[in-house]
Amino acid sequence: MTIEAAKPTRKKLPLKERYARLTRDLDWEPSYVSREELFPYTRYEGIKIHDWDGWQDPFRLTVDAYYKYQAEKDKRLYAVLDSFAQGQGHLTLSDASYFNAIKLFIQGVTPLEYAAHRHFAFLARHLEGPAPRFAALCQSIDELRHCQTQIHTISNYNKYYGGFHSWSKMHDRVWYLSVPKSLLDDAMAAGPFEFLISISFSFEYLLTNLLFVPFMSGASFNGDLPTMSFGFSAQSDESRHMTLGLEAIKFLLEQDEGNVPIIQDWIDKWFWRAYRMSALVAAMMDYMLPKPVMSWKEAFELYFEEQMLGGLFPDLAYYGINPPRHVDDAIAEKDRLSHEVYRILHNFSFAAALTTHTPNDTHMEWLSQQYPDTFDRYYRPVWNKHRRIEEAGGRVFFQGLPQLCQVCQVPMAFSEVSDPTRISLRRSEFRGEAFHTCSDGCKWIFDREPEKYVQAWLPVHQIYQGNCGGATIPEVLAWYGIQDGENGEYRGSADQLAWAAWHADETGTAK
Amino acid sequence: MSPTVRQVGIDIQESEDNRALIEAIKADNPDLTIRHMPGLVKLQSAGQIVINRQTVEEKLGRDWETGEFQLAIVSYAGNFAEWDDDQIIVKWEH
Repeated sequence: MTIEAAKPTRKKLPLKERYARLTRDLDWEPSYVSREELFPYTRYEGIKIHDWDGWQDPFRLTVDAYYKYQAEKDKRLYAVLDSFAQGQGHLTLSDASYFNAIKLFIQGVTPLEYAAHRHFAFLARHLEGPAPRFAALCQSIDELRHCQTQIHTISNYNKYYGGFHSWSKMHDRVWYLSVPKSLLDDAMAAGPFEFLISISFSFEYLLTNLLFVPFMSGASFNGDLPTMSFGFSAQSDESRHMTLGLEAIKFLLEQDEGNVPIIQDWIDKWFWRAYRMSALVAAMMDYMLPKPVMSWKEAFELYFEEQMLGGLFPDLAYYGINPPRHVDDAIAEKDRLSHEVYRILHNFSFAAALTTHTPNDTHMEWLSQQYPDTFDRYYRPVWNKHRRIEEAGGRVFFQGLPQLCQVCQVPMAFSEVSDPTRISLRRSEFRGEAFHTCSDGCKWIFDREPEKYVQAWLPVHQIYQGNCGGATIPEVLAWYGIQDGENGEYRGSADQLAWAAWHADETGTAK
Repeated sequence: MSPTVRQVGIDIQESEDNRALIEAIKADNPDLTIRHMPGLVKLQSAGQIVINRQTVEEKLGRDWETGEFQLAIVSYAGNFAEWDDDQIIVKWEH
């Protein structure tokens, strides 16, 4: 008895109570400034909140639990990174062309993590309720962790392969990277509630699965253990971010009937914005993985049509929310999206910090199976033509610069929803000037906020205006930070030649 | 609201510890469908998925906090209707 009594007997409070104390009891009413002065950003968007305590984090995360589990996630990840680097793991990957997917990732996605870190820190200060502030704080730290772990993971590859060295500068300058950059800039330039709907809901809840899960399964399938590990490690936080997004939308819808049409508008806008950016992911999944794991079409059906349109939106119908405007266009495009976007990359990769190549026979067979309605009819003939030219020693690169969509900033090469053989182009006028967009979705977004989108930093316009290092391609590439051999065609590239040399001395097994 | 019961889903990393976790979820959710993908396991069930701490502890052979589920999860479809010391429930609300 005496021994037992000597033990500390303080028992932890139940989870619910610990969470309630953190997110309710530690808050206070300001006395020497007004609430409006303390929280100046929560009124101008037209959203009405009557009771900030209506916010519930289903994870019931507390400070001690947060750091305990995050530390454990990091330990697991860094153990993988160390052993992979120690074991010359990069040589065990499926093929060096795989790294093009990872180049796109660090150039396009990692800087978004940092931007999200910054803006969630802003929300952690400026949302009025203590519970959403704490959830935003955790997400802000998560996003910083994602940025750092991605840099650490991918820096190992930078020792051996091209295109990884100036990703941050490239993100700010290179044409295809303005697609993700402009999306996050758009979100950060919005008010705090719109940011929640754009990033937490439309991006994290609706579409993040399409970005991360297939990317990480692709990494797994192609032998990239470090990327798979940071991906799953980040994605475990992502589940919490999805929850924040879902909680945010339900909270805002429950607080006031007048919030519903505002939220519907934001869902309509941000679904299409995030979807258009994910077109790069579609190209990656279908064309950049030497061992493809799942087609864009299948992932879209599984993660978006089945889980979101089939699961989530019937739930939101309760609040009077409809599926996103233009969602039918996204569904109609699922057989074409990746092919159209990879063709853009293939045509313009002389100005990219990655390489592209015409798919081989095995790859085309896979594409044909995945896209029975479109591949053989519309895309195989184009690839066959490229191949004939390449077999004769040529390589087609588009001479000139493409027109970019004023909203999504993807080169204007998407087809009409009703006709896969016709380029889709929309025109709007604002203050006597013409502006062009790639689709009904992007045009709708432009026409709703033209004052915002006329300010877009369009890489092609910037080149023509003389703001990108000079008037010639070598000058622009130097300004982008792209070194010779990192761009253009994969076959014969620096990566491909090094890969072949590293594997040339393998004696093989006794066959 | 809809005539058919909607599916909820949880994606879990494929790992040694998580095999016991998946066993436990299977035991408590008889209609569970399991799909293996590279590196992860996709669990789906009509209506809801329940995770009970007690079942997980039996399968794992050690103490397990529901918070540890954060180390296992990759993604999900549904809503966390409950997350306390003993139980996690994922389901659609309306």
